[in-house]
Amino acid sequence: MVAMDLLKETSSSLSSNKVRSGLTMLGIIIGIASVITMVAIGQGAQSSISDRIQSIGANLIIISPGAQRTSGISAGQGSSTTLTLDDATAIGSGVQNISGVAPEDTHRYQVTAKGNNTNTQVTGTVPSYTDVRNVAVDMGMFITEYQQQTSAKVAVIGPTVRDDLFGTDADAIGQTIRIKNIDFQVIGVTVSKGGSGFNNADNAIYVPITTEQHYLSGDTYVTTVGISAANATIIPAVQQDVTDLLLQRHGILDPTAADFSIMNQADIIATASSVTGTFTILLASIAGISLLVGGIGIMNMMLTTVTERTREIGLRKAVGIRKLYINLQFLIEAVMLTFLGGALGVVLGWAAALLVSKFASLTTQISLSSVLLAFGVSAAVGILFGFYPARRAANLSPMEALRYE
Amino acid sequence: MIECTNICKTYVNGDVETKAVSGISFKIDKGEFVAIIGPSGSGKSTLMHILGALDTPTSGTYVLDGQEVSKLNDDELSDLRRNKIGFVFQAFNLLPRTTVLRNVMLPLLYSDTTDEEREKRARLCLKYAGMEESKFLNLSNQLSGGQMQRVAIARALVNEPAIIFADEPTGNLDTKTSKVVMETFRELNRQGHTIILITHEMEVAEFADRVISIRDGVIEKDVKNVHEH
Repeated sequence: MVAMDLLKETSSSLSSNKVRSGLTMLGIIIGIASVITMVAIGQGAQSSISDRIQSIGANLIIISPGAQRTSGISAGQGSSTTLTLDDATAIGSGVQNISGVAPEDTHRYQVTAKGNNTNTQVTGTVPSYTDVRNVAVDMGMFITEYQQQTSAKVAVIGPTVRDDLFGTDADAIGQTIRIKNIDFQVIGVTVSKGGSGFNNADNAIYVPITTEQHYLSGDTYVTTVGISAANATIIPAVQQDVTDLLLQRHGILDPTAADFSIMNQADIIATASSVTGTFTILLASIAGISLLVGGIGIMNMMLTTVTERTREIGLRKAVGIRKLYINLQFLIEAVMLTFLGGALGVVLGWAAALLVSKFASLTTQISLSSVLLAFGVSAAVGILFGFYPARRAANLSPMEALRYE
Repeated sequence: MIECTNICKTYVNGDVETKAVSGISFKIDKGEFVAIIGPSGSGKSTLMHILGALDTPTSGTYVLDGQEVSKLNDDELSDLRRNKIGFVFQAFNLLPRTTVLRNVMLPLLYSDTTDEEREKRARLCLKYAGMEESKFLNLSNQLSGGQMQRVAIARALVNEPAIIFADEPTGNLDTKTSKVVMETFRELNRQGHTIILITHEMEVAEFADRVISIRDGVIEKDVKNVHEH
């Protein structure tokens, strides 16, 4: 009987004051929805940044030829031609804890096909390139060991090249492209990495490195050697071993005079983690401020509406309702408002995050923890400030409460 | 029915002590219609709060229907009000945007009566208080002042109290409506209800059978009214 009465009394109290209940709930809805949406946008950005970094390669170490010095004048990093395919082979057989070595010889050429042409970077490389540089093949296949040994005139093209030469999403497998007036057969298209700008992995052509050296560049040098370490922790050790081996092969005694330079992904990750660290702080402050603003809004609504009802509480006491039941009624009202508003807020925040990713083409990522945090904080604030003033009013003598202005 | 002996009530506000009621003793029997009259500040409201179990006296004893009230705690006072006392206030104090019926049923909340029983009693009391049946489902804020006070009277009756307290029940009504409301009280009294009326207007007090005048916290006069009508 008491439970039924409490339920009926709270629902009738909430529904007979639709504007008041609606406004209180609106505060809760906006508070929760804004936290969820903000955090979803922030986390989406964070995860897309780390995805981009991961797409560069797995535990990558990159060796570039050193600067060419003529009478003390440097021509810049990578200008000299000191790295060869043999160096790459020697690293592959002579250094421990390596999961892949991929020498690359990259030059820009004019490429034509079916009357279309484009200028793009052509990379001569080996089959292990896919593992070292995190390249995946969308259609067809990548260069095989056999094609590499036989200097086959085959090419794997990036999606941007495919779109430029054959039309958007056309089937390019088996088609012929001409690089430097030599025909290559297209055997595969890579998966888009979504890069853009000058060094775009989507705007590239991959051919066997032997083919590239025989028919295109005509020399035996490579522009970079990518090495994939077995795991992230041993990257420095592998880097040291590679340096020692190359110094020895090139007959250089002084490490500072090395004719090559080595860079590893840890450097990139260090930069990236400082970026994501800033992001985490940004996210936390956005969530914190949204929660604070939402919480204060909820607190205000609850305090005013409940304080406004002091006379009603006085009346209930005067007609002989025990203060326990008055407290319970207001507690249940606060719980109902915060939970109903909370649920709507979660739905609204979710929908807003989806709309943002659909129409503003921003990656969003809704996290359970942000939903729980937003819901938890607003429920706690709502219940506390809905219940506390009611409890205070129920403790007054009925006459004091009735006279309350 | 009511027996109070040497009731005192002192309010302490900081260092200042205000004696609102200083030593009042009287008896009221079952079925009486008593008006407590006095100017504002005389202590009549404080006295009514004590008699209505809304407040407890600082000293003195108050026995209502055989029960010593001055020693009860908050919940026991609530139960006493619920079982034995009905209130009619000057400001009506109805729940806004709530139907007439629900307002009248308010004192029956959380009791072990069924919904049907509650509604039956509420309808009966509303008719008793002279409320038209067509307005039972109207919202309280759509009523006129006189109608609101009828609803409040019905609410005071619904828990079948031993005593009805009316605190300036005509204070917010015009002369004509006041008269009708006071006639309703007279009628209730004729049917056996004990009524205690608090007012500062002599014309209103005229409706009662006995008038207790209060001034400066003490009883000034306690006289029987002789009704010509």
